Amino acid sequence: MRRVYLDHSATTPVRAEVLSAMLPYFADHAGNASSLHMAGQRAKKALEEARNAVARALGADPKEIYFTSGGTESDNQAVIGVARAQSLRGRHLITSTIEHHAVLNTCRWLESQGFQVSYVPVDQHGLLDLDALKDNIRGDTVLISCMLANNEVGTIEPLAEIARLAHARGLLVHTDAVQAVGKMPVRVDDLGVDLLSLAAHKFCGPKGIGALYVRRGTPIEPLLYGGHQEWALRPGTQNIPGIVGMATALRLATDELSIEPPRLGALRDQLQQGILSRIPDVQVNGHSTSRLPSILNVSFGGVEGESLLMALDIKGIAVSTGSACTAGATDPSHVLRAMGLERARADGSLRFSLGHTTTEEDMDYTLQTLVEVVGRLRSMSPVPAACFEESTKR
Amino acid sequence: MSRRVVVAMSGGVDSSVAAALLHTQGNEVIGVGLRFPDAAKTEGQVACCGIAGMEDARQVSAQLGIPFYVLDYREVFEREVIEPFCRAYARGETPNPCILCNKRLKFGRLLGAALALGAEFVATGHYARLGADSDTDHPWLLKGSDREHDQSYFLYALTPYQRAHALFPVGDLTKSQVRATAARLGLPVADKPGSQDICFVGPGGYRSLVAAREPAAWRTGPIIDSAGRVLGQHRGIAGFTPGQRKGLGVTAREPLYVIALDPSHNAIIAGPEEETLTQTLLLQDVQWLDGVLPSRPVCLTVKARYRGPEVLAEVHSQGTYARVYYATPQPRVAPGQAVVFYQADRVLGGGTVQTPTQVLS
Repeated sequence: MRRVYLDHSATTPVRAEVLSAMLPYFADHAGNASSLHMAGQRAKKALEEARNAVARALGADPKEIYFTSGGTESDNQAVIGVARAQSLRGRHLITSTIEHHAVLNTCRWLESQGFQVSYVPVDQHGLLDLDALKDNIRGDTVLISCMLANNEVGTIEPLAEIARLAHARGLLVHTDAVQAVGKMPVRVDDLGVDLLSLAAHKFCGPKGIGALYVRRGTPIEPLLYGGHQEWALRPGTQNIPGIVGMATALRLATDELSIEPPRLGALRDQLQQGILSRIPDVQVNGHSTSRLPSILNVSFGGVEGESLLMALDIKGIAVSTGSACTAGATDPSHVLRAMGLERARADGSLRFSLGHTTTEEDMDYTLQTLVEVVGRLRSMSPVPAACFEESTKR
Repeated sequence: MSRRVVVAMSGGVDSSVAAALLHTQGNEVIGVGLRFPDAAKTEGQVACCGIAGMEDARQVSAQLGIPFYVLDYREVFEREVIEPFCRAYARGETPNPCILCNKRLKFGRLLGAALALGAEFVATGHYARLGADSDTDHPWLLKGSDREHDQSYFLYALTPYQRAHALFPVGDLTKSQVRATAARLGLPVADKPGSQDICFVGPGGYRSLVAAREPAAWRTGPIIDSAGRVLGQHRGIAGFTPGQRKGLGVTAREPLYVIALDPSHNAIIAGPEEETLTQTLLLQDVQWLDGVLPSRPVCLTVKARYRGPEVLAEVHSQGTYARVYYATPQPRVAPGQAVVFYQADRVLGGGTVQTPTQVLS
């Protein structure tokens, strides 16, 4: 059976170049970067080279890059770390209603700890409402956290404007750039952000490794306490294979920024056009232009996303509905609901996310299968009428 | 013969072994977990079908190498099972939600989803069997081989179409054989305790659930005897069922039992033990599984509760109604309870005890 993986926003396969760069650091060069001997020095060298590479890709200084265990930790570290460090100045934060749960649930926890959080709405395309953002800024606001690109619909938020607005009022800005890195240019100075989260596994790096950019001078407290690693902001022996893999993957993605995103955009548009022209009663969710080239979110009227996902999976096509959740059950997408989609539309939505391995044939097969599967699901009632035909003839 | 089969997996040992057996028989098995409302949300813990159950089912599926999906049935379960359950209690009935869930969800909505996936069957871990019948296209429903765990009672209301698209792979096995199979296959759920009671009811019992949903069922009212004399007060008829002795709070010369509930007067009729017995029952919504209304009284055995005894009776069919005459007096049965007809292993049919308001003749 043909296998088409269209869930690159969930995670990506590690690229061969990345894997081969990582392998020596598991056994051959297994030193601890904090050790004084040569094995340690070798690890330390790899660590700092990787830090330089990540910094270069983001237009940052290497001392502003902290390695973490991934996007969730980076988001937690940024939001909680800044909130704590600034708590004497103010205890109010602002975020959007469409953040990833790594930010949303962190904010909810801060609320339980006596902080206040305002959740700024988005328009029907998923763009943050800048006027509402301004209205929510208060004297005691200390941080604005807004994602750079949304994971479900791909809408790219106006971070540079948000940062200008925030800095004019002396506020710090964090962005969760986990989905954006590798799909669009991400330079911290162009965005004007003070903190930025990224995760390697979204751009063909390994899982379990991420980074947080913290602009020099930004007040921040650690979440963990221990050794001096990562300038004591993130103690714990560094994951050298992961860090090397992340740096390699980021370098590749950055080098290919002029080729790969346009290629994905063309494939995505091909699928989008095909769906719009061949399947009636569909709706594309997200912004038409300010959108990641790799994401296509579509609502199929009269079909449940779950049923569609299962039917596609059985045909070898991996996609996702809403946000993935532990047991495989999904809650209605908070993002689509925040964009004003009615419940049925939100429940009937699928996210196709393209990546390095995606080909034109994948798009053809997906479209052809979708036409068939959506047609079949629409023609069948959720409960067969015969289930209610009783046995007894009267 | 390879067939595509959807298995409803709760994470328990029975449905896990059902999936394993179908898989080893060479079928193309798709595991599906149905997400039901978390009782934890209303109160306490959930018996099965919760998130923890889904994780177990996922592990079993991964071990078997079959795909596993979770369908979110929280809303539909609420609408199709919990709401009718609570409303029935408020009417003074004792409903059986498992029968409804099997008919409307597992072999209703899930069967629809299975057919849409190109599967022909929905399989569950019920202890029941399906027997081939050359006379009709539709299989008979038979008791599970393990009499102690037989669950045919919960399945009598399936229509012929539903039976034709159902599989009960553990129906030929005993519970201990099922556990042994799970252990032999190394399934992580081999020793998992069976689920108890109703899956959506928390440790507060159905009473607190009904109390929260149907406050009208919890109005104070009179306890009267069969002559209409007031004996005391009760705190809501939903807390009582015929035959019940506990909780009446009335002191009398001889122990008092609930004889019947009268929802139209919010009254409980109480009396001595001998009055709890009855010779006859009137059933409604009666189904005959062979599709033919008996023209003469039928001698068979009936079961009025899942764990209740199977007793000898004569059933007189009257259209969608039927009257049951017991061979010997039996405890009264609450309106709404399912009464299932058997002839040896075979399920002949069944119906629900009529609500008092509908007793006109």
